[in-house]
Order: sequence, then structure tokens, then C-alpha cells
Amino acid sequence: MRLGPDLLALVYLAAAVLFILGLKGLTHPASARRGSSYAMAGMALAIVATLLNPAVKSYGFIIAGLIAGAAIGTAIALKIKMAAMPQLVAALHSFVGLAAVLVAVGTYLPRGQKGALGAVLLGELFAGAFIGAITFTGSLVAFGKLQALISGKPLRFKGQHRLNLVLALVMIGCGAQFVQHDQLWILLAAIFIALALGVLLIVPIGGADMPVVVSILNSYSGWAAAATGFTLSNHLLIITGAFVGFSGAILSYIMSRAMNRSIVSIMLGGFGGGKADDPGAAAAAADKGIKTAAVEDAVFLMANASKVIIVPGYGMAVAQAQHALKELMDILEGKGVGVKFAIHPVAGRMPGHMNVLLAEADVPYENVSEMDEINPEFSTTDVVLVVGANDVTNPAAKKDKSSPIYGMPILDVYKAKHVFFVKRSMKPGYSGVDNLLFYQDNCSLVFGDAKDLAEKMAVELKAV
Amino acid sequence: MSELMIALYIFVLACFVGYWVVWGVTPSLHTPLISLTNAISGIIIVGAILVAGFDDVGPLAEAIGFFAVLLASINIFGGFVVTSRMLAMFKKKK
Repeated sequence: MRLGPDLLALVYLAAAVLFILGLKGLTHPASARRGSSYAMAGMALAIVATLLNPAVKSYGFIIAGLIAGAAIGTAIALKIKMAAMPQLVAALHSFVGLAAVLVAVGTYLPRGQKGALGAVLLGELFAGAFIGAITFTGSLVAFGKLQALISGKPLRFKGQHRLNLVLALVMIGCGAQFVQHDQLWILLAAIFIALALGVLLIVPIGGADMPVVVSILNSYSGWAAAATGFTLSNHLLIITGAFVGFSGAILSYIMSRAMNRSIVSIMLGGFGGGKADDPGAAAAAADKGIKTAAVEDAVFLMANASKVIIVPGYGMAVAQAQHALKELMDILEGKGVGVKFAIHPVAGRMPGHMNVLLAEADVPYENVSEMDEINPEFSTTDVVLVVGANDVTNPAAKKDKSSPIYGMPILDVYKAKHVFFVKRSMKPGYSGVDNLLFYQDNCSLVFGDAKDLAEKMAVELKAV
Repeated sequence: MSELMIALYIFVLACFVGYWVVWGVTPSLHTPLISLTNAISGIIIVGAILVAGFDDVGPLAEAIGFFAVLLASINIFGGFVVTSRMLAMFKKKK
């Protein structure tokens, strides 16, 4: 069976509608699974329809690629640990980018250099290729940082931004030449420069800015698909690319707003990682009057509280403390204490990272609140337990105009009656900024590994 | 209206649809949103199939097409499976 152009277009339209319904499903956890089924159905329709396109003559390579990809993709997705989700996402973004480059080159090879392709098409081809190439290497670098294959610290050198600008201009110049002269080597040169640019754009961005980087690369992968759609005059690709592109762009905006920084300043990089390992910090901090507390103190106050809020951060993910915290929550709820988790938008290494880890530990989503929703509640909360978060609780963001994080929206932990701050050491947070919370009378530090401490607290609580 | 203009119309309108739909996504599902958009950006497989499936394109283009299909397919299956895994974990209170 072969599909005529109109029927093919109709099926693609149905697929596009299913994608919209799929994204719409994510409005609420209750409708999300149905939504993802819609999206899967849309994808299945699109693939089958394309296979029935009369332009497709041979199937051997297609079927082989599909099956091998299905096996590899499914195997990885079933095995991956939830904590490693940011890495997986970065890797998948890189695949979309590389696929876009391959499609551009593969489309050009049989037809180019013979005048068969018009200037517009060559321009579109160039766009798909260079956006894809930047997405590819940029995502690889992000993957390396998230997987700790390369240092998460920002890598900066003199003239970095000027170099990037020059490279971008040369690349665009290559694009213009390619459109005029229709030569393969010019396209390849442009791709090569774009590959280098992808690396150079991401290396100066530090670990804690990764939620923004992941979102931006998500966006790029969408634009790469859309540009490919323009090349092939395939409207489904254009539509889907636009959805993905905008989705990533909106997430980037939400993340940068939650850090009170512009996307431009994040992309220019270099934030954080400064003085994180200063051994003098602990001694200096002790002089300024911080209090420490034992597990028993925290447990005693929590057991007698009516409301406890737990604030998780990247440290919870590193220590894999979510299961122990869930147990703590169960025990507290068993004693009639209300427990909620408060999530800052940029907690973790990708948007929504904490929510997924808590869901993994079976914390019901009703117990997990976003920043704006929970901030009014801190002033009536008896005990706040901060686990692996730091900068997002720092009242300096509100009170100290000279602080680098001034203006960043924070969780109003400082308003609670008692704050127990679980910490491995006196190291300052990612931003390198001292947390003013530590010097408040209502805050005590509990030193140790997040998971160990949460487990100890659970054991102690059971005994109370 | 030229092919390019039609494509541009579709693109711009799709951008608006994407904008409205994505703003409605609840922040707690931002990770599944990323993995789901990841899966659907595997739609680039449509382009890959067209590259791999043309007649007489020569072995190089065929090989390129094969790799593009492979990568896109990893994205589609990896993205959807991991999204399903995550969404299955988001539970209500018992």
C-alpha cells in the first residue's frame, strides 16, 4: 500500500494533534500517562505513514536502523537510574542533533552540486546542519559534565567570547558561500565550525547552571528538527520542532528567572565554582556564631511539631537520600505531624529533578509543593529540614544588596520556628556565597551525610 | 504562496501553540516534559527514513541514512520508555 500526498498529509496532521494532546496531558500528574500514550500513538502513525510514502524505495536499512534503535533505546531507558536522568536527557539531545546533521548531509549528497537544489533549500539545509551540529557537541559536553567525566567547573580563558563570535561569523559566512556556490566542502566546513562552537558554548557554564543548559539544548534540538522540516518541506517536522523548541525555551526562561539571572548571563558562563574548597571557611564560620545540633535534637523537635517541611536539593540526589526521607515522612505522619516537601525551581541538575526523585521514593505528589505555593507556609511551620540545598535558602538573596545572589527568589526557610540544616561540611554553596541562614538563632547545622542522617533520624523517631 | 511561505505560516502558528501548551505544564512534571519532548523530537526519523529509503543514492548516503534512523529511533524509544517509567512513579496518596 502506498499513501498519496493528501492522505500522507492527513496522517501527519493527526500525528501533530496527538503530540499537542500529549504535551497538554502534562498539565497534571493524573492525566500525564494518557498524554504520553497520545504522543506515542502520534509517533507510530507518523513512522508508518512515512514508510508508506511512495518516495521510499528500499527498506533494508530503515528497518535495521529502527529495530536496532528500538532495542538500544529501550534497554537504556529501562536500566537508567532516576538520579542519572539529566545525563540521559543530554545524551538523547545529542542524538537528535547528530541525526539532524546526518539528514542534512544525506539529503544534499545525492542531489547537490548539480544545481538541483535552489538557494532557499540550500539555506534551509545549512540551518538544519549547523543547529544540529551545535546541539550535538553542546549536549556531549553537558553529558560529560553531568556524568562527571569532565569537571563541572566553568572553563574560562581569555578572549573566549570573542573567539565564539568570530567562529559564529565565519560559520554564517560559510553558509552564505554554500548557498551561492553549492559545494559540499563548504557545508562540511560550516558543520565543522558548528561542532567546535557547540563545545565552546557549553564549557564555560558551571554545574549548578545545568538546569538551564539542559533546557536550552532541549530547545536547540527542537529548532534543529524544525529546520530539517523546512529543508524537506515536511510540515509535521516543522510543527513538532516548534513545540520542542518552544518547550525548551520556556523552561530555560523559567529556570533563569528562578535564579534572577538573564539567559544571556548564564550562557556567557563562569558563575560559581570559585572558592568552594576554601579550608578556612569552616574556622571563619565557627567564629561568626553558628550552632550545631545532634540528630536527637532535630528528632525531638520534629516529633513534637505539628508541621514539618523538608527542603531537598542536589545534595539529596547525590546522597540518594530520597528513600530515607520518605521513611522519615511516613513515621512523622504516623505521629500526626504534617509533612511537605518544598521544591525550588532550580533544585537539582535539571528542571523537575527533585520531583522525579521523590516520586521514585513513592512520595505522593500532593505532599510536594512548588516555591510560590509553599512560601507563605514557612512562617507557621515548626521545623524545616534542609537536605542538600543551600543557595536557594539563603536570606542574603532578600536582605543583602551586595550579595551576588541578591534578588534571586528563595524558599523562605528563614521564617520557620526551627531550621535544621543537614550539611556535609562548612563549604559554601555552589555560588560560593556564605549562607546567612546559618547565623540566625533559629537555625542549627547537623553535620553528616544526608542519607545517613535521614536514616538515623528515622530510627530515632521510631523510638520516641 | 510559495512552499517556503506556507512552511513559515505553519511554523509560526505552531510556535504559538507550543507556547500556550507548554506554559500549562505543571512544574512537578518538568523532567517528564523534557523527556517527552525528547521522544517526539525523534520525529526527525521522518527525514532520516527519506534519506535512507531513496533509490540509487549510493552507499554513502545509505549509510548516513541508516545512522540517522538508528539515532532517531534510540531517541524515540528511549524517550518514551523513560517518560512512561517516570510518569508511573507519580502517584496519589493511597
